[in-house]
Amino acid sequence: MVCCCAMRRREFLTLSATSIGGMLVYSLDRKPFRLFAQTEHSLRIPLRFFTQSEALTVAAAASRIFPDDETGPGAQEAGVAVYIDRQLAGPWGRDRHRYTQGPFEEHAPAEFGYQGKATPRQIYRDGLKDLKDFDQLPSVEQDNKLRQIETTLFFSLLRRNTIEGMFSDPVHGGNIDMVGWQLIGYPGPRMSNYADVDKHFGEAFRPKPVSLRDTSEDNSLRPSEDEE
Amino acid sequence: MKTLPAVDVVIVGGGWTGLLMAKELGSRSRLSIAVLERGKPREAGEYAGTMDELDYAVRLRMMQDLSQETVTVRHDSTQRALPIRQYGSFLPGTGVGGAGEHWNGITPRLLPDSFELLSRTVEKYGARRLPADHSIQNWAVTYDEMEPYYVRAERMLGISGKAGNINGKKIDGGNIFEGWRSADYPTPPTKIPYFSALFSDAAKALGYHPYPSPAANLSEPYTNPDGISRSACFYCGFCERFGCMVGAKAQPTNTLLPLIQERKNISIRSGASVRRVVCDTAGKKNIARGVTYFDEKGEEVFQPAELIVMASWSLNNTRLLLLSAIGEPYDVESGKGTVGRNLTHQISVGAATAFFEKPLNRFMGSGAAGVSISDFDGDVFDHSKLAFLGGGHLVAMSPGYRPIANFGAVPPSVKAAWGSAWKKAALESYDRTGIILFGGEHLAYKNNYMDLDPTYKDRFGDPLLRFTINWGDNERKMVEFMTLKAVELARAMGGKEVISFPGLKNYDANRYQSTHIQGGTIMGTSPDHSVVNSYLQHWQVPNLFVLGASTIPQNPSAHPTLTILALTYRTADAIVSRYLKSPSLLV
Repeated sequence: MVCCCAMRRREFLTLSATSIGGMLVYSLDRKPFRLFAQTEHSLRIPLRFFTQSEALTVAAAASRIFPDDETGPGAQEAGVAVYIDRQLAGPWGRDRHRYTQGPFEEHAPAEFGYQGKATPRQIYRDGLKDLKDFDQLPSVEQDNKLRQIETTLFFSLLRRNTIEGMFSDPVHGGNIDMVGWQLIGYPGPRMSNYADVDKHFGEAFRPKPVSLRDTSEDNSLRPSEDEE
Repeated sequence: MKTLPAVDVVIVGGGWTGLLMAKELGSRSRLSIAVLERGKPREAGEYAGTMDELDYAVRLRMMQDLSQETVTVRHDSTQRALPIRQYGSFLPGTGVGGAGEHWNGITPRLLPDSFELLSRTVEKYGARRLPADHSIQNWAVTYDEMEPYYVRAERMLGISGKAGNINGKKIDGGNIFEGWRSADYPTPPTKIPYFSALFSDAAKALGYHPYPSPAANLSEPYTNPDGISRSACFYCGFCERFGCMVGAKAQPTNTLLPLIQERKNISIRSGASVRRVVCDTAGKKNIARGVTYFDEKGEEVFQPAELIVMASWSLNNTRLLLLSAIGEPYDVESGKGTVGRNLTHQISVGAATAFFEKPLNRFMGSGAAGVSISDFDGDVFDHSKLAFLGGGHLVAMSPGYRPIANFGAVPPSVKAAWGSAWKKAALESYDRTGIILFGGEHLAYKNNYMDLDPTYKDRFGDPLLRFTINWGDNERKMVEFMTLKAVELARAMGGKEVISFPGLKNYDANRYQSTHIQGGTIMGTSPDHSVVNSYLQHWQVPNLFVLGASTIPQNPSAHPTLTILALTYRTADAIVSRYLKSPSLLV
């Protein structure tokens, strides 16, 4: 396990940082520090689970699900691929808290929930095999590819994780600079709405967003992906 | 196995009912009390920095760890049940405080009819109207007997609400259909956010009787009769699945734990997984001797006790009795046996999802802030010409909508589920979508029950609890009827496009419904059809008491927490005033 992580740290995802003020990554001893663009327009983020090529594919696919377009920035800008990488590396990715005793009934009706044996990590690894060189394709062809896999478990997971990466607190690696929250006017973990909750009827009330890091001490935050 | 020094009382489970019983017995007697909680310790002040939707509401950090134990589900007794592998239709809590830490705080009383459902239904509509395969029965207490205990529970929690019936006098603006109450709520109703206010106006215009939902989330600072002070709610929108950051929401850790910690005669042992209640059946009388459990170091120990209180929610109360071979398990073929029968799960569906012109600012709210109507609850409305019995409440909650769970809903006219077209519509709809919920009753049926699963095991190798559960035609027709009412309300509120609930099909273990599961160790007036008497005392083992929703004979549409706290007070009174003087059957 340790050996595996050490190897993984050699893989990086390079993100365009033109609209990014900087993001939080973790040093080898898991102390958070703020990383700013290392070259003029990009930053290199160490990967925990994906290979570089997997990360590029996930970043490209997430961008087709939640594109950067005239309505505003998308998954690329929010760092969704980084979010997903961390989730897969953490307890969720390896089904740490799922009931995983057999027998497995892989094709059970939907009302029993996912009954398969594969962990999110395996679902991603397998699913990504069908998207070879995806990030190199023009966007129309990327959309065609995604339409072909639209009904797969992998795609539904990717879509769900993309939404999570857009709108979870930046502490988890996505929603960089609260870009997702700004898109929808969500103010984040704002302590009190006491004075406003029964006012502003019929008009948008959009207080400036805050993140957990604005409201708590960094060292008190324990994102679940960093747990065993 | 090591035997620990005996205690007077052992309480299995450190949630609402277990801690309330510990506090009541511990402060009104010198009994030595050990509370065994399998989860982690918790303090009231530990929720700073936990307003994190991903970790708490999506990854469900405060819930039981399913890798250790789950339940299996099937729709009828001919099927092989499958385990709930990741959370779906309900969310059991764990740790000190249990699910009471991360509830929404909605605290209605039950309708008086609920306690005598069988006799009142037969009286009014005749026995022929009951579904052929029903197993509905009366509770062993009536509303009138419960009323003073409701008052105590409301005062302990500091419920914010507007009374609709004080001593028989109906009061406009409250729930005029509720049972009589001897006193008003301890604190005034919570603030009403925009979406709920829209609902209130529309309901009034349609001739209904909207009222603010009763809330355990304080509208103003309050000191309860135990001397516990809590501050007013900030409407931050992080209640359900979260602990309250400011202590405005009543939780076991901020109402009961501080009192328990002052008492030298009560100890809480966390990390204690109880595996069996040990019962001595050799003599003339059945006597529970104690419990065995794995302690936090993984060592199995025996804890002897004079009095044993089971307070570990419907699922574990039932499973522990089955694993301990106490009482006769319910047999669906013969209808004999009582342990496990009458499994019910409150219906909760998004009856109408409406898309509005104006933004709702729906990030603001609290778990119980909302407006309900009970015009179609219980037998408030005439059922003579309807195809179902019972009913429930329609409600416009403003719990504080969070983005991961709620982003992506688009009006039915938009077909895309990803890409630019979807994103545009989802961004436009995000703060313009409101859901009218229906919370309805689930009747008890002979074919809905709990037993032990023959295939799947927990981490100790014990069989999992198995649910055999499905909806009846009564529930399906009720939901159909209520969905039409919800759509009518949504349109009257100004909903441009409205999606109506497609209808109940099979019980869906994958869709979150509510954590209101009843039955398994139900109360009654005779040991032939119930596990406990009206004091929640086991019929065959008088020094064993079973608390909580497992004792409720059938789901009564309203949320059960207030009622189970009231029942716990009633049991505590009976133990202190009668049982301790003469330990025997109280009925």
